[in-house]
Amino acid sequence: MQALGFEVLWKGKNFARLMGGLWVALRISLIAVGISLVAGVLMGALMTRKNPLIKALTQLYLETVRIMPQMVLLFLAFFGTTRWFGWNLSGETASVIVFALWGTAEMGDLVRGALESIPRHQYESAAALGLDGKQSFLYVILPQTLRRLLPQVINLITRMIKTTSLVLMIGVVEMLKVAQQIIEANRMKVPNAAFGVYLTVLVLYFLACWPISLLAKALEKRWS
Amino acid sequence: MGREILRIEHLHKEFEGKTVLDDLSLTLAEGEVAVIVGPSGCGKSTLLRCVNALEPIQGGSIFLDGAEIHADPRKLPQLRQKVGMVFQSYELFPHKSILDNITLAPRKVQKRSREDAEAEALTLLERVGLADRAKDYPRQLSGGQKQRVAIVRSLIMHPALMLFDEVTAALDPEMVREVLDVLLDLAKQGRTMLIVTHEMQFARAVADRILFLDDGGIVEEGRPADFFDHPKTERAQRFLNTFTFETVKE
Repeated sequence: MQALGFEVLWKGKNFARLMGGLWVALRISLIAVGISLVAGVLMGALMTRKNPLIKALTQLYLETVRIMPQMVLLFLAFFGTTRWFGWNLSGETASVIVFALWGTAEMGDLVRGALESIPRHQYESAAALGLDGKQSFLYVILPQTLRRLLPQVINLITRMIKTTSLVLMIGVVEMLKVAQQIIEANRMKVPNAAFGVYLTVLVLYFLACWPISLLAKALEKRWS
Repeated sequence: MGREILRIEHLHKEFEGKTVLDDLSLTLAEGEVAVIVGPSGCGKSTLLRCVNALEPIQGGSIFLDGAEIHADPRKLPQLRQKVGMVFQSYELFPHKSILDNITLAPRKVQKRSREDAEAEALTLLERVGLADRAKDYPRQLSGGQKQRVAIVRSLIMHPALMLFDEVTAALDPEMVREVLDVLLDLAKQGRTMLIVTHEMQFARAVADRILFLDDGGIVEEGRPADFFDHPKTERAQRFLNTFTFETVKE
């Protein structure tokens, strides 16, 4: 174990700092996921509208956010807004904004696809029972949509958690940044620390994402 | 016969320029059972779908209990409560139990209490022999059972008119009977029904009146015995002949 340099984790408050970094990463991604899930459902519902203006706008938004690398979006949100509007967003706020925008676009497209996959007859039998558009969406269409979406949404959430490793680029000290700091500080005395520390980071990311997959499996079983 | 439930006047319906229903008029009195028969593609199902405005119409008018159906889209949910419709493919909601499928509309649309809606749902399920399946999900039921649930789901709204769109067409032969028996029972109770079917024996048994539809219009109508035994028009004769077979072996 000496060779992997795990001992640096127990020096001072290193492990606590690493966990603090994990918490920062989770905080950013979970707030963004929360926003994305709700806004994404609305977005997806909008995207199924036939209005050409709404269609064009949602498409433009979706493609822009999806085509641009998350790193570019982070730079735009952090440095760009300062330059253009004089806003002084904290790195974490900028990160939440970018992740929420990205998540909403991806979630919106998933919801759109799922909504369109619900057979027309489901809408019709709901309408024939006297349900109005809102009731039909809320009680008949949406629940089926969410069940169909579950695997892809879990995939999206874990991707969002893992992509938080980019926010160190705009100065947010999350888990990966803390890891790098620990490794740098021990460069001379424990040159192998990179192995142990990054291995720990790997395990921590896994532990963060695994319960979500388990939850998804449980839900899928219950809903099947 | 009692008061008039449905009146269709000069209905005109087209799909992308092609006329499907042309100048069709029809009235249905309370308690009357009318069965629509005719070759595929003659517009039978489209006619039913126009009655509860699942299809827009291009001309004419449809009145349900005196209220015009296609007049105001905002009143549609209100009007549709008075028309129950059962589809060929059942269309139960797969994510809800049988009981929840049935009680959704009474609870959310008619704002009835859960206890009240569930009590009636169970009574109705009992009548169609499915009370013990209330907690099951649609995927656990056979086609015939699903179709009976779909009928109950419509009945619980207390519609003034029931529409049945080839409700046995997707069923295996041995399940057709259990569904048709439910329809016969409803006819006996004096429900007003408009039925599209390919089951001629059943049509004869259940109908007060047969409407023979061809090429977007009612070609012939009459009492079942008259229509099936002595069809007046040549088109009806030809249609009925497609259901009989000559014996080829002695």
